[in-house]
Amino acid sequence: MTDLAVDRARTPQSEASSSALSVRGLWKVFGPNAEKLVGTPDLELSRQELQAKSGHVIGVRDVSFDVAPGEVFVVMGLSGSGKSTLVRLVTRLIEPTAGTVLLGGDDLTAMGEEQLREIRRRKVSMVFQHFGLLPHRKVIDNIAFGLEVRGEDKGPRRHRAQEMVDLVGLSGYEQNYPDQLSGGMQQRVGLARALAGDPAVLMFDEPFSALDPLIRRDMQKEVIRLHHEVGKTMVFITHDLDEALKLGDRILIMRDGAIVQVGAPDEIIGAPADEYVRDFTAEVPKSHVLTLKWVMREPGSADEGAGAPALPDTTVVREAARAVLAADGPVRVVDSSGTVVGVVDDEDILRVVVVEQHGDRPGSGAS
Amino acid sequence: MTTTLEPAPAPAPRATKEEQPHTVVMPSRHTGRKLLVVLVLWLVAWATLRGKQTLALANADTTGLHEWLNEVRDRVQLLGQDNWFFHGVLGSIASVLDSFVGFLQSHLSSVTPGAYLGWLGVLALAAWVTYTLAGLRSTLLVTAVLLFLGVAGLWTDGVDTLIITVVSVLICIVIGLPLGIAMSRSHRTSALMTPVLDVMQTMPSFAYLTPIALFFGIGPACAIVLTLIYALPPLVRITEHGLRSVAANTVEAGRSLGVTKGQLLRQVQLPMAKRTIVVGINQSTMAALSMATIAALVNGPGLGKPVVAALQSLNVGAASVAGLGIVLIAIMLDRTTTAASERSAPAGQRVTAVSSPGFFRGPTVVMEKLPRWATEEGGHGEPAKRLTPGGRRLVLGLLLVPALVAAYYSTLYLQLSQFPDVSAVPLLGELTSGPLSTHINDLTTAVVDALSGLTNGFKDLVTLGMLNPLQSVMSDLPWWVMALVLLAVAYLLGGWRPTVVTAVCEAVILGTGLWYDAMVTLTMTIVATLLVMLIAVVLGVAMGRGRRTDTVIRPFLDGFQTIPAFVYLVPALALFAATRFTAIMAAVAYAVPIATKLVADGVRGVSPTSVEAARSTGITRWQMISKVQLPMAREALVLATNQGLLYVLSMVVIGGMVGGGSLGYLIVQGFVQGQLFGKGLAAGIAITALGIMLDRIARYAAARYGR
Repeated sequence: MTDLAVDRARTPQSEASSSALSVRGLWKVFGPNAEKLVGTPDLELSRQELQAKSGHVIGVRDVSFDVAPGEVFVVMGLSGSGKSTLVRLVTRLIEPTAGTVLLGGDDLTAMGEEQLREIRRRKVSMVFQHFGLLPHRKVIDNIAFGLEVRGEDKGPRRHRAQEMVDLVGLSGYEQNYPDQLSGGMQQRVGLARALAGDPAVLMFDEPFSALDPLIRRDMQKEVIRLHHEVGKTMVFITHDLDEALKLGDRILIMRDGAIVQVGAPDEIIGAPADEYVRDFTAEVPKSHVLTLKWVMREPGSADEGAGAPALPDTTVVREAARAVLAADGPVRVVDSSGTVVGVVDDEDILRVVVVEQHGDRPGSGAS
Repeated sequence: MTTTLEPAPAPAPRATKEEQPHTVVMPSRHTGRKLLVVLVLWLVAWATLRGKQTLALANADTTGLHEWLNEVRDRVQLLGQDNWFFHGVLGSIASVLDSFVGFLQSHLSSVTPGAYLGWLGVLALAAWVTYTLAGLRSTLLVTAVLLFLGVAGLWTDGVDTLIITVVSVLICIVIGLPLGIAMSRSHRTSALMTPVLDVMQTMPSFAYLTPIALFFGIGPACAIVLTLIYALPPLVRITEHGLRSVAANTVEAGRSLGVTKGQLLRQVQLPMAKRTIVVGINQSTMAALSMATIAALVNGPGLGKPVVAALQSLNVGAASVAGLGIVLIAIMLDRTTTAASERSAPAGQRVTAVSSPGFFRGPTVVMEKLPRWATEEGGHGEPAKRLTPGGRRLVLGLLLVPALVAAYYSTLYLQLSQFPDVSAVPLLGELTSGPLSTHINDLTTAVVDALSGLTNGFKDLVTLGMLNPLQSVMSDLPWWVMALVLLAVAYLLGGWRPTVVTAVCEAVILGTGLWYDAMVTLTMTIVATLLVMLIAVVLGVAMGRGRRTDTVIRPFLDGFQTIPAFVYLVPALALFAATRFTAIMAAVAYAVPIATKLVADGVRGVSPTSVEAARSTGITRWQMISKVQLPMAREALVLATNQGLLYVLSMVVIGGMVGGGSLGYLIVQGFVQGQLFGKGLAAGIAITALGIMLDRIARYAAARYGR
């Protein structure tokens, strides 16, 4: 099932070595004899059954995925779905029970303590929900902490930390202590600390859940801006679907520790894998997410829509609406090579935009 | 930094900064650098002015103040015969207490057969009372401990100790409970009483032996008053805390039902705070036992007496037997009061924990039908098998019968009245005090011989490496240099407030004429506190980081904490003979448990998010401890130092008895030699001043650095 999910991914990664992060068959079972449980049929049981039977709790169940370099990969799920455990397994802040994690081709799961420490110092860093700042250090020293830990001299590390301060818009607050800053500002410090080591991969564990909505929106913009500027690979954990859709190149949806679906935002909305995802996404304004690919139909005849300019199939419905409604008849939809793959007319557009207001489910007619 | 960031294409629009709460940047104080300057100046002064104006006073010398205090004593003793206050008030209190204790002694601990209760009766009644209050396990413990006291020939002294302790605790409850209630209800009373309790707790117990002895005369009454002063503060504090922590919404719910203040107290606050109050009684009992043994110095009856006698003749074996008796009594009292506090959270408490109007009669019936999971302790532990109140009363009534029969027979037969001499019985005979102390002496000699290289090496290391240089630097220089150094340190660490306190305390110490001795005591206190913190940080970090280490070490610390201060002198004396160092080691052993626990809790309390965030940066274990856990546990470290300092001071002073010298020794001498009475009293005053000074500096430093 997971392989299938990976195949559906928009950025296909056949070679694990070319991806920034590659996770295969990752399990986490909490309990006294977790290791012995791997490979036994007990693991097929549901969470509740296993807990009742042996007192073990499944945190993460057979998860595999790949993240491409420079991609923003969002892991989404409700609380208790295992997403926070998953992100900690990837950096072995929690030891996995089974499975492998490849980071830029290096097998993290086979590493000794020393190598792993080196990876954490240079290759991957994390931003936490509750910031995890050190209250006894000034902002600048918090940001330089990772550099200090890996033994850099005070001069260069201060210099680098100052660059990060400016990058996240904290100039003027270097000498403050964390508790003198608001939540949003504290998380900027967390962000700067993570960026300071120039890691290959950034992990975000629900970084904005503790912030109020306006600040959260600001910070989301900030992440998009930083991603644009520094182009890091990001793994972003959230329970907020809007946030996932806004930031994610691809989204992984988890439930009870297992993957439910992996895909681009429009795939998640357009083709939900099951009722759970469908319910989950029911409130999302479809026209903001779905592309023409999901609403077009087979051309009735070869020249249908030939009179109007063609639109690419990756155009979001909301943006295509004006052009389609303005056209007299149907409009052609072309793929990236320019081949006509379908047509849309007023009704196809309106079905998404209008029906949405009745809480019905468009998009299901797309297939 | 192998790669740098790609340059931003255009000056990106900076996100608008949110409103910041407060952004005052504190200027650095450079405390470390300034302290270094003070240190250098100090050493220069020491090198140039060494040995001048040290105010050293020979042991037998006295000052005008000491003579005047002697006269005061004589006048008070004269007044004691007819003055309305000294004779009328204090005299009657003393004689009431004396005769009450005498009455109990003659009925419980004396060995005359006939009209009085013998050992079997005491044992049977004590077992019955324990069973009623604390259950079967405690009863077995009490029986075993009392039997040991009898076999070891410590019956009279042991029961005397129990009498002093129990009488003091009862008076504590009579005074402390209403006081705690008053403090919980009125902020003004609380504000008025808190500093008084502060002083009572900060003052080393040795310091007020002399003045109390002056007013109440030596003997049981004096012992009880001393014990009372020492044991009252914890009970009052915990009672106030317990009543104040009754949830505000519960109190509000009570008010909304229209209860009066009295009803609120009796039916809501007291029942809900009951468990906390019993914990207070436990604390108070342990403090009372600790002080009841020290009170042997003012001729208080009990096990302290043989310990004092043995310590003064340096007989480790005899001191150990009596010390063992004290430790067993401590364990017995601690276990029993703890068991009683665990039982005092009855089914009713479960109800009040669930729902605020649980005190109200009607709903209680409904509430008790709540499923177990809905209650505080739901989920874990099997339901306790409880007798119905009627059944319990019946069982207790039936058990009282044999207890009373035993008590009756113990008044008739010599063997049941006077604890039989078992020294001839094969196995039991080994437990009587004579053979037991011989065994302990042999064992001690063996251990001391085996370890002598180690212990002597350590002793020399600390004495030559730390104690001697520090003592020379602190006491062998003009008094005004050291006074200035202390003022400077107080100012740099805590600001001007502790500086003022320090100045006043210095003036007091100077006034007592015991500056030199006070500085020697201070040296020992500082050395011991350094050792305490060294051990406490190592142990505390290990405990705070590892659950398993914690579960192994913590019971030992808990156990050590129940042992009365006095007893610590015995093993220290055995290992290190009678020197200053002995007092220091006893002080270290006494203060390590509390300091270690505070550090461990502080390290454990470091926010897990910060620890995880630090781990995610690839931190080593040592970096984690030194850069994250210890700095973040700073508050706990400062608190541990403060507590360690006070514990050490009180013990270093008591150590005056086993070669510690200086102030503690002067107090003991004050009792022994009439003409040194005034000097002993002055030493007590100097100790109090020293204690207040150290406490204030540590407290203000804690407020500043323990953020």
